[in-house]
Amino acid sequence: MSQTIAFLPPRADVLSQRARIIADLATLLPEGGLVHEARELVPFETDAYVAYRQLPLAVALPRTTQEVSAVLEYCNRHGIPVVPRGAGTSLCGGAIPQPDAVVLGLSRMSAILEVDLENRVARVQAGVTNLSISETVGPEGFFYAPDPSSQLACTIGGNIGMNSGGAHCLKYGVTTNNLLGVTLVLMDGTVITLGGSHLDAAGYDLLGLVCGSEGQLGVVTEATVRILAKAEGARPVLFGFATSREAGACVADVIAAGIIPVAIEFMDKQAIEICEAFAKAGYPLHVGALLIVEVEGSEAEMEAMLAAIVAIARRHGVMTVRESQSATEAALIWKGRKAAFGATGRIADYICMDGTVPLGKLSHVLQRTEEICTGLGLRVANVFHAGDGNMHPLILFNANDPAEAAKAETAGNEILKVCVEAGGCLTGEHGVGIEKRDLMRFQFSDADLAQQMAVRYAFDADWLLNPSKVFPLDGRPAA
Amino acid sequence: MNEVHHPQSEAEACDLIRQAAEAGTALSLIGGNTRAGLGNRVAADAVLCSTGLAGIVDYEPGEMVMTARAGTPLGAIEAALSANNQMLAFEPVDHRGIMGTQGEPTIGGVFLSNASGPRRLSAGAARDSLLGIRFVNGRGAAIRAGGRVMKNVTGLDLVKLLAGSHGTLGFVTEVTFRVLPRPESEATIVLRGLDDATATKAMAAAMAQPADVSAAAHVPQAVARTLPEASGQAGAVTALRLEGLSASVTVRAASLAARLSDFAPVDTLDAAASAGLWRAIRDVTPLQAHQERPLWRVSVAPATGHRLIADLRHHAEIDALCDWQGGLVWLEMGGAPQADLLRRTVAALGGGHATLMRASEDARAGLSAFEPQPAPIAALSARIKAKLDPAGIFSPGRMAPVLRSGVGTTGRTG
Ligand SMILES: Cc1cc2nc3c(=O)[nH]c(=O)nc-3n(C[C@H](O)[C@H](O)[C@H](O)COP(=O)(O)OP(=O)(O)OC[C@H]3O[C@@H](n4cnc5c(N)ncnc54)[C@H](O)[C@@H]3O)c2cc1C
Ligand SMILES: Cc1cc2nc3c(=O)[nH]c(=O)nc-3n(C[C@H](O)[C@H](O)[C@H](O)COP(=O)(O)OP(=O)(O)OC[C@H]3O[C@@H](n4cnc5c(N)ncnc54)[C@H](O)[C@@H]3O)c2cc1C
Repeated sequence: MSQTIAFLPPRADVLSQRARIIADLATLLPEGGLVHEARELVPFETDAYVAYRQLPLAVALPRTTQEVSAVLEYCNRHGIPVVPRGAGTSLCGGAIPQPDAVVLGLSRMSAILEVDLENRVARVQAGVTNLSISETVGPEGFFYAPDPSSQLACTIGGNIGMNSGGAHCLKYGVTTNNLLGVTLVLMDGTVITLGGSHLDAAGYDLLGLVCGSEGQLGVVTEATVRILAKAEGARPVLFGFATSREAGACVADVIAAGIIPVAIEFMDKQAIEICEAFAKAGYPLHVGALLIVEVEGSEAEMEAMLAAIVAIARRHGVMTVRESQSATEAALIWKGRKAAFGATGRIADYICMDGTVPLGKLSHVLQRTEEICTGLGLRVANVFHAGDGNMHPLILFNANDPAEAAKAETAGNEILKVCVEAGGCLTGEHGVGIEKRDLMRFQFSDADLAQQMAVRYAFDADWLLNPSKVFPLDGRPAA
Repeated sequence: MNEVHHPQSEAEACDLIRQAAEAGTALSLIGGNTRAGLGNRVAADAVLCSTGLAGIVDYEPGEMVMTARAGTPLGAIEAALSANNQMLAFEPVDHRGIMGTQGEPTIGGVFLSNASGPRRLSAGAARDSLLGIRFVNGRGAAIRAGGRVMKNVTGLDLVKLLAGSHGTLGFVTEVTFRVLPRPESEATIVLRGLDDATATKAMAAAMAQPADVSAAAHVPQAVARTLPEASGQAGAVTALRLEGLSASVTVRAASLAARLSDFAPVDTLDAAASAGLWRAIRDVTPLQAHQERPLWRVSVAPATGHRLIADLRHHAEIDALCDWQGGLVWLEMGGAPQADLLRRTVAALGGGHATLMRASEDARAGLSAFEPQPAPIAALSARIKAKLDPAGIFSPGRMAPVLRSGVGTTGRTG
């Protein structure tokens, strides 16, 4: 892809000291805890925003909070940028390194420290995968609610970095609503504990500020998360519509009627075909748009909710309604949805947008998305969390064709402008990273951005943590 | 008497604040001021009040989102929501009873104190409902943070930072928040006569069930007699609320009652009785009678609340009531506030925080109403405060730790 997004110029003084820095860092880490051979650095050169890649100076893989603190304190003292990294599944380039940076990887801190069922919390290290929490507490009848499609791989530290969501956030909220505490290491090495097993903050809500801060305020080494009792039953139901417009209007009416299912996922024709070909989920292929609506609870509750939803769908001319008849079928329906990005990646290169819009604007924004992409001669597949208006247009292109790649970036930017104009935002759950950094002024005034950056300075005065991300490179205030 | 400013527009607020910053005039930021007397004493030269900024700006019931000016009376918000069969998810407390104050709380004041009631346990705190704000920083610049959509990770979440900042970081002019449909029905399972420890076990057992309990509280025998007739009278009350579609509430109530019958005889309160009981718990009516006694609001891990009460009973005369599955403890002290003893005990039991909600002027002098923060967090908070309010003019001292002498240790830092 066209390398149009810039990183900060590497600090020459850091690059020239590479050998010494590596030698020093090695003394702060256990055997094998520092990666610096070019060959071994390759796995860290990018994240899931693969269009951009560059090798870091080195990768530190600490095992304890104390080691994280020592590495940060050293880097702070010597003015060395640090890029925190979980599993590197960021879709916005949030974990992409830069040549003068030390990547601080949390992958070796992956223990579940404590499961406390009485208080319904789990205390985990930051490198633990999202799914492993639910797997650990599952046999006891509990789960961890935020469920990004990448949950098999992504880490809780990365989830906190991006305030990640998932299909079931409509009912249960995103990471910030399910996070009770963290151990955070500041850039100068100071270790602080925010929150715990109790609710709400004493003093300022620093936990809320840190969640979604994309590794710019500190490095999370431990987290306390809320776990919830699993519902008695859950049932995904497929609703097929002739067009996206009818499906979009149905979503808005369901919510307006005061019905909040656990999930309402949307797929357009392109996405249905891609997912069905890959997952054989049994999606209807004759429809123009599909909703996966999941209800949960007791049999009585699911019945009552479904009846109300079906009545609304009928008003919007629903063509097919299919309830899953078994656990296997239900799993298959979700498998198709959760595989959407992977399946798309098999047929083309794609970039995934993440704007959120007010529900009343869904149909309008879908239509504009289609127009923008066809106008540029590109294909687009839409698969997203419709219940909360979080759209994911997947813009398909050929990465070997620089002109087409540039068009895809243009289309993405245009779509995000439409989202902001509709009263929405640039990113609902994937984060800003480098991808949307230079679009921040679409959404925020200079004063808004200046205030956010000023707060950032209170954490990291020398702007060393993940410094090329989130805020436009020009117009950064002095400390 | 300090001068009170009532700006009628955000632009006017910007001008007032810019001038105050230049002159170094400290401002006490207030809404309806129904919580006057809370927090530490503010050393301010003038008052900046939000009530001139009133009115609902935008309300889309279909999108479950409302935008209102910060000084809008909470009552007006609740009336508009109620007309559309919607509500604030976090169930704000009407604290006028426990604090003996009058006046009209504002929607801004509710979010600025992150004030949440019983449903906080299942539906999140006030801050979780808050989607976006407009505020004026200490330089007099109008800032927008967040937005009006539920999912939004664009930039730093200043919305959360401002929520619960008690008027020390910015003057909020407008709030945008998520609302929820009012449940079609509710019922409450009541267990009677449990001691505090057993009640905690019962509440944990209920929350481990797939029953979608929306609130869980325990009112010990000593204070239960002031509860509404249908629920109180005969000893301690442990209450578990279920909300939702009528058919589902009935089914869940039956199965939860069956699960909990080993703990104690079980009663089920119908919708009206349930609503009355939870209003009393929300507003802490059992601890309203003795306005002269200090009242604390303590947040600890749910299983810890009853141990806190038991440990303190060895040293002090107390009455208490537990919400949030046992984790929110309203503590009424018989004599002095005993701040050090209380906070030491909370820390020893694994941590949490205690806020002094009510006490005489004398008793309040010289103690920190808010939980003092460990040094590195206090320092970080002071740096953040300086980035929003460089001249230190917003409600100086309100959240700052207090020395024995009664003077804010950090001067104008918070
Ligand atoms: C196929 C696929 C599907 C996806 N589906 C979803 C989805 O449904 N919902 C969703 O929200 N996202 C989704 N994502 C995006 C991504 O998985 C999430 O952003 C995830 O939370 C990133 O976690 P990670 O461990 O990979 O973090 P990384 O990518 O390594 O890092 C993400 C950010 O967090 C920072 N960070 C990482 N660890 C820490 C730490 N310990 N302390 C401080 N900062 C840290 C990094 O610096 C970076 O800015 C998807 C991605 C893919 C590839
Ligand atoms: C520590 C504490 C905990 C509380 N906990 C709860 C609780 O759990 N549940 C509950 O329901 N109630 C709680 N309350 C009461 C809660 O404060 C009131 O519901 C609400 O504040 C009343 O609104 P008001 O307009 O009268 O606020 P006021 O009394 O005027 O102000 C409340 C606070 O918000 C600030 N403030 C108000 N408006 C603005 C504004 N526009 N810009 C900036 N700052 C502003 C003030 O400085 C003050 O600190 C608590 C209060 C305190 C102090």
